[in-house]
Amino acid sequence: MIDNNTETKTCVVIGASHGGVNFAFSLRKEGWLGKIILIDKDPLLPYHRPPLSKSYLTNGDGMDANLLKSKESYDKDQVELLLGVSVGEIDKEEKYIGLNNGTKLSYDKLVLATGARPFIPPITGIETATDLFPLRTGRDVENIRAAFEKSISKKIVIIGGGYIGLETAASLKKLGGEVTVLEREARVLARVTAPEMSSFFMELHKKNGVDVLVDKNVVSIDNTEGVNTISCGDGSSYDADIIIVGVGIKVNSELAMEAGLTLENGIEVDETAKTSDASIYAIGDCTYHFNPHYNRKIRLESVQNAVDQAKVAAAAICGKSPVYDSIPWFWSDQYDVKLQMVGLSNDYDEIVHRSEEGDNKFSIWYFKGSELLAVDAVNNPKAFVVGTKFLKQSKLIDKAKLKDNSVVFKPVNLLK
Amino acid sequence: MAKITFITRENETVTLEGTSGSVMQLAVDNNVPGIDGDCGGVCSCATCHVHVDTAHTSKTGEASEIEADMLELNDHANAQSRLCCQLEISEDLDGVVLQVAEAE
Repeated sequence: MIDNNTETKTCVVIGASHGGVNFAFSLRKEGWLGKIILIDKDPLLPYHRPPLSKSYLTNGDGMDANLLKSKESYDKDQVELLLGVSVGEIDKEEKYIGLNNGTKLSYDKLVLATGARPFIPPITGIETATDLFPLRTGRDVENIRAAFEKSISKKIVIIGGGYIGLETAASLKKLGGEVTVLEREARVLARVTAPEMSSFFMELHKKNGVDVLVDKNVVSIDNTEGVNTISCGDGSSYDADIIIVGVGIKVNSELAMEAGLTLENGIEVDETAKTSDASIYAIGDCTYHFNPHYNRKIRLESVQNAVDQAKVAAAAICGKSPVYDSIPWFWSDQYDVKLQMVGLSNDYDEIVHRSEEGDNKFSIWYFKGSELLAVDAVNNPKAFVVGTKFLKQSKLIDKAKLKDNSVVFKPVNLLK
Repeated sequence: MAKITFITRENETVTLEGTSGSVMQLAVDNNVPGIDGDCGGVCSCATCHVHVDTAHTSKTGEASEIEADMLELNDHANAQSRLCCQLEISEDLDGVVLQVAEAE
């Protein structure tokens, strides 16, 4: 039985980033009349995260330019913000959460939008490094900017050639830094893209004057008089005033674990974003969820997933029966290159490359047999939207026509 | 200062005043239903799709190639379609009327 009388109820949301904020406003839109309390340990008014490694870093226009919502919108929709506050425990039997300031907050529904935090690898000497930062929060970016201004050599080493590492490299280069990226694998973006894309981005960074080095396993960091020396397993070493660490994340699932919720590669949720407890939902990067399109359980680090699960959870809590069935999509901006990705390319067995007229305008299509799995579109939104359409409709594509850029880029022309 | 009017999917009229930034941000800051702006305004998500009133298309100008490509296969796109994250607020937009497009 769903109780639709929400007037006297309280919904508490832990985590006020893309997931939590979108959830709070969606819940109001779905008709929730009771209290909505949105908590985050980050003291800043919630902001867009993707620009952190891009325009925030380069423009320095402050956080106000990229707020998820204005201060007034929270007041208007009566979303109470508790910022700069940590949550210490969840008692799912008594249905309350305990804040680190000693306050207890009762809830009728609880939403975990706790996201993830940067993984800091246990490199020998890492604790002695000066001006070493991850890049996940507004504060991180402010710290990086301050360190950059202070630095005389402007030498920066970025550990990790994933999206965060590469976007940060492009941004710091733009600011005038001397940037070296150290990637442990044999190619950058190894976990998420085809070798062809890795080569493209390696070249792009080289052309722009960033040293991207692969097969570089960082084994130790020494600090002498404020200069960090980063040493790799192959004997090479690099000096830097500033080190950025972008080697992946750890899911913030400790609260859920201590509360006894079911965990598996994150907080396990069903198709309505509900956890193993009927009053607790979880959304975003911290969730392990089923994706109907790929017919398997996945965990995603993306804005799209956070926002879409937020909408699903809000509808479910308000008594509807939504089903989460989004096709994942992502984007990255580096220099003047716009990369848009749709789908999940894991387990592909064939790549189709399509080039368009003009510089650096192409797309990579990932197939498993005849099934399209994903598309990476470089400066090519058309490929992104055509790919999205195909994925949604699960139609069979004629690979020969797809490859041939004299065939006009429309779904109807590319069907088998 | 520009007055910008949104007509929502529920046919409600919302008129807002803005001085700078994108039309998408103005709509998001004022909770205009149907304008989500999930990607933060980098023309990557198409969740800020509007139809410009036919009388006002000269105020908004034409979509860029990227924007047009993003809209090309949208079921609800027409000749009046714009992604309003790409509309910068200026005096030129004063009086413009934008219909929030249906969700994809």
